[in-house]
Amino acid sequence: MAVNWEGAEAKTDPDTVIEASRLSLTFTTRDGPVEALSEVDLQVKRGEFVSLIGPSGCGKTTMLRVIADLEQPTGGTITVNGMSPAQARQNRDYGYVFQAPALYPWRNIARNVGLPLEIMGLGAVERERRIAANLDLVNLTGFERKYPWQLSGGMQQRVSIARALAVEPDLMLMDEPFGALDEIVRDHLNEQLHDLWATTGKTVVFVTHSIPEAVFLSTRIVVMTPRPGKIHDVIDSPLDKSRTLDIRDTPEFLELAGRVRDGLKAGHAYED
Amino acid sequence: MSAASQSLSLPPPAPGIFARFLASRFVAVVVIVAVIIAVWYVAAVFMNAQVVRDTDRRAGVERTTSEFIAATYQMKRPILPAPHQIAVEVYETVVKVAPDSKKSLIFHAWVTLSSTLAGFAVGTALGIFLAVLIVHVRSLELSLMPWIVSSQTIPILAIAPMVIVVFAAINITGLVPKAFISTFLSFFPVTVGMVKGFRSPEPIHLDLMRTYHASGWQVFWKLRWPAALPYLFVSMKIAIAASLVGAIVAELPTGAVAGLGARLLTGSYYGQTIQIWSALITASIMAGFLVAAVGIVQRLVVRDTGAAAR
Repeated sequence: MAVNWEGAEAKTDPDTVIEASRLSLTFTTRDGPVEALSEVDLQVKRGEFVSLIGPSGCGKTTMLRVIADLEQPTGGTITVNGMSPAQARQNRDYGYVFQAPALYPWRNIARNVGLPLEIMGLGAVERERRIAANLDLVNLTGFERKYPWQLSGGMQQRVSIARALAVEPDLMLMDEPFGALDEIVRDHLNEQLHDLWATTGKTVVFVTHSIPEAVFLSTRIVVMTPRPGKIHDVIDSPLDKSRTLDIRDTPEFLELAGRVRDGLKAGHAYED
Repeated sequence: MSAASQSLSLPPPAPGIFARFLASRFVAVVVIVAVIIAVWYVAAVFMNAQVVRDTDRRAGVERTTSEFIAATYQMKRPILPAPHQIAVEVYETVVKVAPDSKKSLIFHAWVTLSSTLAGFAVGTALGIFLAVLIVHVRSLELSLMPWIVSSQTIPILAIAPMVIVVFAAINITGLVPKAFISTFLSFFPVTVGMVKGFRSPEPIHLDLMRTYHASGWQVFWKLRWPAALPYLFVSMKIAIAASLVGAIVAELPTGAVAGLGARLLTGSYYGQTIQIWSALITASIMAGFLVAAVGIVQRLVVRDTGAAAR
């Protein structure tokens, strides 16, 4: 666990949320070591929407988990808000949205959203306020007393986003949150997420393997390639900050998508 | 299979009232009971036939077949009593004697029930406690689990008299030693079930708690405990039946003072098969009610936590 995050204070830039340099993570498995991340450099500024895109095994989820202190890097340095990921986690500096909604089936929707607030030790009044406000943000007002199984997959994932937002973090880490949803629902949620990001000014790191999703949402797209997991290309989006799904038919969008696709192809070894 | 799913499997033309009645759970239970009783009556004839024939030969009595069958149902000490003989015995020892009389089956059932419940309560608490330890202290799983498993391989019939004797040596008799044996049998299913239950949360649920920087205490009460509740009730249903067996076994070596176990023992001393069977039937009815009672508590608690919705 040679995580060296010293010296972070020296160059503390209030606009830098995530700063990773030469970050590596090697898993020891029965079949030998697996290089999930190899010498990854990444900087995320406040207010950015950064997508990590790549085929499975490229380390994009691992990268997100390292930022969240759910995995420990084996080399390199990383800071989150100028702190070690562990300190940032203890500070509750980020909200994490998993691939699955991960709602607790014995809790109704309101109490699921309130779970982190209970853990933070907030009072009942403040909890109620945040639950109502964040369910409203994801358009689920009126579902407070429902149980998770009574909601569709898309609604469940919106509850899990509300739950992450309820912590009121400036940084959102989202791991393929819409991966299991159908195209129509995904489009709709992409639009909602974009509006949410545009109005709240939060910093988002978003893992996906969908090119249109990454291009539509991001201000910056990080293309990753597998074996070993590393960054192949970083593409700044020239698209306007306020966008609707219609921009997907514009030439700028298609050109950007083409660049991402080329990056993915170049890094992809078609062994089979 | 539930009545609903059965009636769903019926052919498209809406089944009439009669068809649905046949598919109901009530009818299914009644049919099974009727079949068991019918087989029992037939078996009673064959089981008791030899004794009746011997008695008849000695007395020089000749009987028709129907008289012969009737005789097999009317013996004082049959090899296998007929169901109605047991029903009469249960009725007479439950209704016709005062509940505090030593002849009352209610008295004996209560003696057994009280130590069953005491042993079950302690056993459940102990079982949960051990499961908590095992889940939270890795080394305890390796050191404790083999002992817990091997404790259950000891024949309870062998250890029960020793427990009774040891307790008697320090002047503890009656409920405590019997409850101890019930505890010994009932903690095990609870421990095994709850270890599984406490470990049932998925990694993603635990990761979620980690992102919230939740304490171990919070992970337990907000995640592991509610996730384990369904396992707890399944375990408790097994544990309460095991407790009853423990209490009855513990009553066998106590010199047959009181309890359903004592009724079984005195019955076998004096060849009172009807008394043995009525104690057996009472014990099984009691077991049925106890398991059903756990089920009712389960429904109340699970509704309260919303898990019923799953």
